Amino acid sequence: MAYSNKVMDHFANPRNVGTLSKDAKNVGTGLVGAPECGDVMRLQIQVNEETGLIEDAKFKTFGCGSAIASSSLATEWLKGKSIDEALTIDNMDIVEELALPPVKIHCSVLAEDAIKAAIKDYQAKNNIAVEANEQVA
Amino acid sequence: MARRIYLDNNATTPCDPRVVDAMIPWFYQHPGNAASRNHPFGWEAEEAVDYAREQIAALLGADSKEIIFTSGATESNNLALKGVYEMYSRKGNHIITVKTEHKAVLDTCAKIEKMGGEVTYLDVRNDGLIDLAELEAAIKSNTIMVSVMWANNETGVIQDMKAIGEICAKHGILFMSDATQAVGKIKTHPRELGIHLMSFTGHKMYGPKGVGVLYVSRKSPRVKVTAQMDGGGHERGMRSGTLNVPAIVGMGKAAEIAMKEMEQDAARLSKLRDKLENAFLQNVEEVYVNGNREHRMPHVTNLSFKHVEGEGLMMTFNQEIALSSGSACTSASLEPSYVLVALGLGDDLAHSSLRFSLGRFTQEEDIDYVIEQITKGVNHMRELSPIWEMYKEGVDLSQVEWSEH
Repeated sequence: MAYSNKVMDHFANPRNVGTLSKDAKNVGTGLVGAPECGDVMRLQIQVNEETGLIEDAKFKTFGCGSAIASSSLATEWLKGKSIDEALTIDNMDIVEELALPPVKIHCSVLAEDAIKAAIKDYQAKNNIAVEANEQVA
Repeated sequence: MARRIYLDNNATTPCDPRVVDAMIPWFYQHPGNAASRNHPFGWEAEEAVDYAREQIAALLGADSKEIIFTSGATESNNLALKGVYEMYSRKGNHIITVKTEHKAVLDTCAKIEKMGGEVTYLDVRNDGLIDLAELEAAIKSNTIMVSVMWANNETGVIQDMKAIGEICAKHGILFMSDATQAVGKIKTHPRELGIHLMSFTGHKMYGPKGVGVLYVSRKSPRVKVTAQMDGGGHERGMRSGTLNVPAIVGMGKAAEIAMKEMEQDAARLSKLRDKLENAFLQNVEEVYVNGNREHRMPHVTNLSFKHVEGEGLMMTFNQEIALSSGSACTSASLEPSYVLVALGLGDDLAHSSLRFSLGRFTQEEDIDYVIEQITKGVNHMRELSPIWEMYKEGVDLSQVEWSEH
């Protein structure tokens, strides 16, 4: 299967690979997938407490090229967004941007799940009511 | 052109240039149909086919009348299994095979079950070998045939064909083997080992694609199979269809070359394979060999690089280096290799596997380059891998609550 140029670009030059301190109060961590399924994504956001905007995002992914590209793209999109804006990122946006074939759509779903899980973790740490945001999602 | 290294010889081998040379005249200069009995075009085609039959029979230590030409190993497996099932239906309807067989055998067996047959699928041990006691225990009064592949396509593991042949002989049942990965690479003499039917193909032994053989024993016992293709009654009535003369000539030439060169090829390739395998085992952490290392084809190694996903890893080098992975992402089904799972590997290690299959045209400098590039690739992918980071931090990954998807 041939990959799109955008997938190849994210794979060859992944953006924002790394680890944020998962114990920091303003960092939210989402770990989704399972090694048995061949995909594990860890996506982290760091929120500026004054502006409420996501000032940094990092990922590490165990998976195929599409999974790595999906999470790399997600970190790019997250930076500078508010939590509410971040919750609007839809997996189909990722599919479209990376031109993922149908068999790779689950990679984009996983990236969306990772975003949601990271936000949920951040909100839980900061006692922000989760339900209100779930309505937005 | 960028450097390209081919280590996927279990998928298909390049056609040896000497084979190509032998085939060329049979396309245009000698266009005859081997079944045309009334003119020299037909006679010379028939002679060429007979000569190829001799060349292949010599490689197998067989009689040339025992060689039935088909379109490939898939057809040969279909013909052997369905043909025996139909021909011997009065004796019984039970076939024994193994979970790590190729799909051409497994799916054919599934079809036989639909036709009313009964099939037992044996497990394998962690090293890929079957348990001979389990095989013998599975034999029943209605068992007509045991089908065990000679060498596995993914791991290269070689089953104990002699012992299986003895068990079959003791119980008076037929023994069939898919020897696709073994013929032309190691000695494969069916009669010596009590094998009655054996399938293989041209394109895994440096011959052309589109031609295969089913070996069918002619004496003690004389085996018959019901034809699966109806028509002109070619190939002793077992396989109708105009013979693919150029491809058959090529497969014959490939057999002749293999007979002369396979020993030296095997010795050279096992050295290179060991060099490759040992380099990874010694220089890269958490690398595992899949399958028995003693009873294995000389040119194959299947390795799992823990906490790295196989398809992602391949993307780091696949512009230059061609090989296969047992990762789900490389298959249409999104399931990891059933062969590796049958070895008890666990889906995570199956997802992390790479199969290296060397061949006659593999050079030592290729192996040096592959070691260098894939080591780099593994290190790069581990930098990206959250589970490698967790493993390094001492997290017990089996205790993590994963969100299955």
